Amino acid sequence: TWSWLALSRSALDSLFLCVSHFGSVSLCLCLGKAGQFFSSGHTNNWAVLVCTSRFWFNYRHVANTLSVYRSVKRLGIPDSHIVLMLADDMACNHRNPKPATVFSHKNMELNVYGDDVEVDYRGYEVTVENFLRVLTGRLPPSTPRSKRLLSDDRSNVLIYLTGHGGNGFLKFQDSEEISNVELADAFEQMWQKRRYNEVLFIIDTCQGASMYERFYSPNLLALASSQVGEDSLSHQPDLAIGVHLMDRYTFYLLEFLEDIHPASQANMKDLFKVCPKSQCVSTPGHRTDLFQRDPGSVLITDFFGSVRKVEITMESVNLTSPIVLVPHPPTSIFLQKPKQRDWHPPDGFILGLWTLIILIFFKTYGIKHLKHIF
Amino acid sequence: MATAEVEKFRGRYAALSVAAVVIMVGIPLWWKTTETYRAWLPYSQIRELDSLQLQLSMEVEVVFSRGTLTPEQQKKVPLSQIREEQHQVNENTRLKYRYETKYRTATVMEEDALGQPSTEDADLSLHRLSESPCGSVVMYVIPQSSTLLPEGVKVYVGQRRTALLRGWEALGGTLKEVLAVLEPQVEQVLRTMSFSHSDITAALGDRIRGSRLSRESLADSMRAFKSSPGYEITFSLLNPDPQSHSLHWDIEGAVQTYIQPLLDKLAPVANHSVDSQILYYAVLGVKPRFNRELSAYTLSAESLAHVINPIEAKLGSNAASSNPVLNFLLYVPDAHHAPLLIQDQGKREVPSNAFHSPRWGGIMVYNVKDQYGPEAEVPVYINIDMARVMGVFLSQLRLMLGVQPTHLAPGFLLQSPGSAGLTDWELDRLQWTRSVENVAMASTTITSLAQLLNQIGNIVINDNIAQQVSSAVTSLQAAVAELEAGNLAFALQYSREAILASERAFFDPSLLHLLYFPDDQKFAIYIPLFLPMCVPILLSLLKMLGEIRRSRAERRAKKD
Repeated sequence: TWSWLALSRSALDSLFLCVSHFGSVSLCLCLGKAGQFFSSGHTNNWAVLVCTSRFWFNYRHVANTLSVYRSVKRLGIPDSHIVLMLADDMACNHRNPKPATVFSHKNMELNVYGDDVEVDYRGYEVTVENFLRVLTGRLPPSTPRSKRLLSDDRSNVLIYLTGHGGNGFLKFQDSEEISNVELADAFEQMWQKRRYNEVLFIIDTCQGASMYERFYSPNLLALASSQVGEDSLSHQPDLAIGVHLMDRYTFYLLEFLEDIHPASQANMKDLFKVCPKSQCVSTPGHRTDLFQRDPGSVLITDFFGSVRKVEITMESVNLTSPIVLVPHPPTSIFLQKPKQRDWHPPDGFILGLWTLIILIFFKTYGIKHLKHIF
Repeated sequence: MATAEVEKFRGRYAALSVAAVVIMVGIPLWWKTTETYRAWLPYSQIRELDSLQLQLSMEVEVVFSRGTLTPEQQKKVPLSQIREEQHQVNENTRLKYRYETKYRTATVMEEDALGQPSTEDADLSLHRLSESPCGSVVMYVIPQSSTLLPEGVKVYVGQRRTALLRGWEALGGTLKEVLAVLEPQVEQVLRTMSFSHSDITAALGDRIRGSRLSRESLADSMRAFKSSPGYEITFSLLNPDPQSHSLHWDIEGAVQTYIQPLLDKLAPVANHSVDSQILYYAVLGVKPRFNRELSAYTLSAESLAHVINPIEAKLGSNAASSNPVLNFLLYVPDAHHAPLLIQDQGKREVPSNAFHSPRWGGIMVYNVKDQYGPEAEVPVYINIDMARVMGVFLSQLRLMLGVQPTHLAPGFLLQSPGSAGLTDWELDRLQWTRSVENVAMASTTITSLAQLLNQIGNIVINDNIAQQVSSAVTSLQAAVAELEAGNLAFALQYSREAILASERAFFDPSLLHLLYFPDDQKFAIYIPLFLPMCVPILLSLLKMLGEIRRSRAERRAKKD
């Protein structure tokens, strides 16, 4: 049976090879499934995850964002490609009975905070202006790499927003709003500069569907947790922590994502079915008319994971010249002893200052106090 | 009574004068003080740039050596021809290729050079005789019986800008017929050594997004980095088992010898910065399987895709710049999983033992198991053979930068790049595609910026943005002019300036203010200010109008 299995395996491999080979001389493309290399058209993945509310009772929004962050990291996107914006620090909030943790399931089953969270924009840095600057790339030149969205025309970007919203706006930090027109304009500016190949936009707020109504740039796929006029509800409170831990849509989204692994073949149609009305109470919506591919052929890992395309290197350059020895400057380590400073009497300025102070003192209070000094 | 009349007139004049002041002084003052500062931009020139008409001119020289032309044909030579090709790529992009071909016979010194025993020597002596300018191609047609080219090789492309074409024995007929036979071969050589239409359309990908590219060009466009002012190259050594192996690599010397010449040659195209790091206890995310027949551990082709992500999380990078990063990793497997071999799709061994990922970099697995026996003392001191490693990294680097020619017609033999890492004609190819790409990107950036600024009337346009835009427009026009004239080096330089200026203008942080005010917010701000002021004025004007109408009615009644 062993040899039969090996034979059938090699037959299958040669079948893939036949299907995938297109006569190029020096390349051999590695294909898991024939055509997968070309179907998505992206070479790297980015994620922008934003939680826009502050205050302790909005614990669930931070937990939402952190659970998406956790799934995205688990499926392979590295921290350098994730821009995480959290408007408040729940893990170190003084009302948190379990500090340094943020739970998503009641009875504290799953700590989504973990010990390797990298928050790029924290607290008051999460503003509409910074969010739009990250998306459009108009950041001041001193901004470090970790705070920038350095996507190119072959990047698939996942954008997740959560917080309190309304019909056509999303509230930031309880003090300002971003409107759906501004968001659509930001995406159009990203498209003009080819800063994305495809965008998956997920929003978990009340009346979330209004936020993607005004999109007009191509290659955008949008999901929302509720339609206009509906509220997105929270899932379950935890009696020990005292607040609601997660929102319903993201809770079921997290459950769905926990079943996905990097080689999974689940597609977007499954994602559209997450959290039906019976579980979510609100009606999740999606918008696919601006998206060029059929959602049934889009893998979840195209946006949530980071599956790299690899090619085997067939050639190597023949190098024969000997290595030039770079002269190293002699490295000397200097041990610095604390310098011995000799004591000098106080110089003129100090003397003058103290004389002035003493004179004024005695002028004010009278000369008779001199006797206490001498 | 008189005083009442005077009072009424005074009242009327007061109301009228207040209304006049409000309309003539107040409203313009308010308009001027609330308008956003928008510096002047050359919108008309930008609109011209939207419809891009590129003309690429190049000079070709075809030299006939002794024995390829009959004496009557030789009399007609020297001769020059101009051939033009026009392509309409999409509704606002037009391309024109202009080939200026000069035909001549070889000089005595060139004949001597062609008489050399080996092709490399012939190429070197030909190069010493004359230096061809950047962007041009020289082809030498040698007789069919010549032993200079090996069997089965029709074209030999040298290290500089020359190619040797295997011709034929002196054919009869006029010179025109000979040239007609030669032309397809010349075109084929030009497509390899210089730009081809598919290369240029791929470089214009920004402008013609949505068109169906062929599979090969799609793979090529996804593999090579887009044009950028600079690149960061990072070499990393991964040592998962420092207890068994004490690795030593002379990275500085290797970079200086092998990589730096290539980067120096590429200096007109982009800036490169190189750094290196060593990572200990870094493991691959994939478990290799033990293959009994090879008695080695193997990584199959499917599992390679999952190797990169866990490692990338641990790699350090230069936080200061936002240039794209190329990572080259050298992985030395630990003692328990050595030797580690990479297998391709057909379960065959890969000679270079390396793989690369488009737009990311490459990983090479370096096996050291055969360098020491089981009785060696741990940790074993191992000196890594940098020539072999750099050979693989250099070929991956050439692929990533878009320099490697990927499709060769049969019968072509390319000379290896040698110590420079890059041949002159490969550099020319890159310069052609890069200048076209830069021009396309800069023009789309400028036009979309102008469109954006036009659309959103509330954005402040500072003087420095206007200056950047103007300089981008002038550099673009200069670049297009230089491409038309055939000066490749200047065209590339201008296109680089254009793209830097346009990017700086587009991504200026000040272009974010005052993006969107909904109408109801505007009303909510202005009504409490203007309504209390306007109501008395309007009411008094209406009262005056009412009085005038009444007095006119009275006068008419008095007349009748």
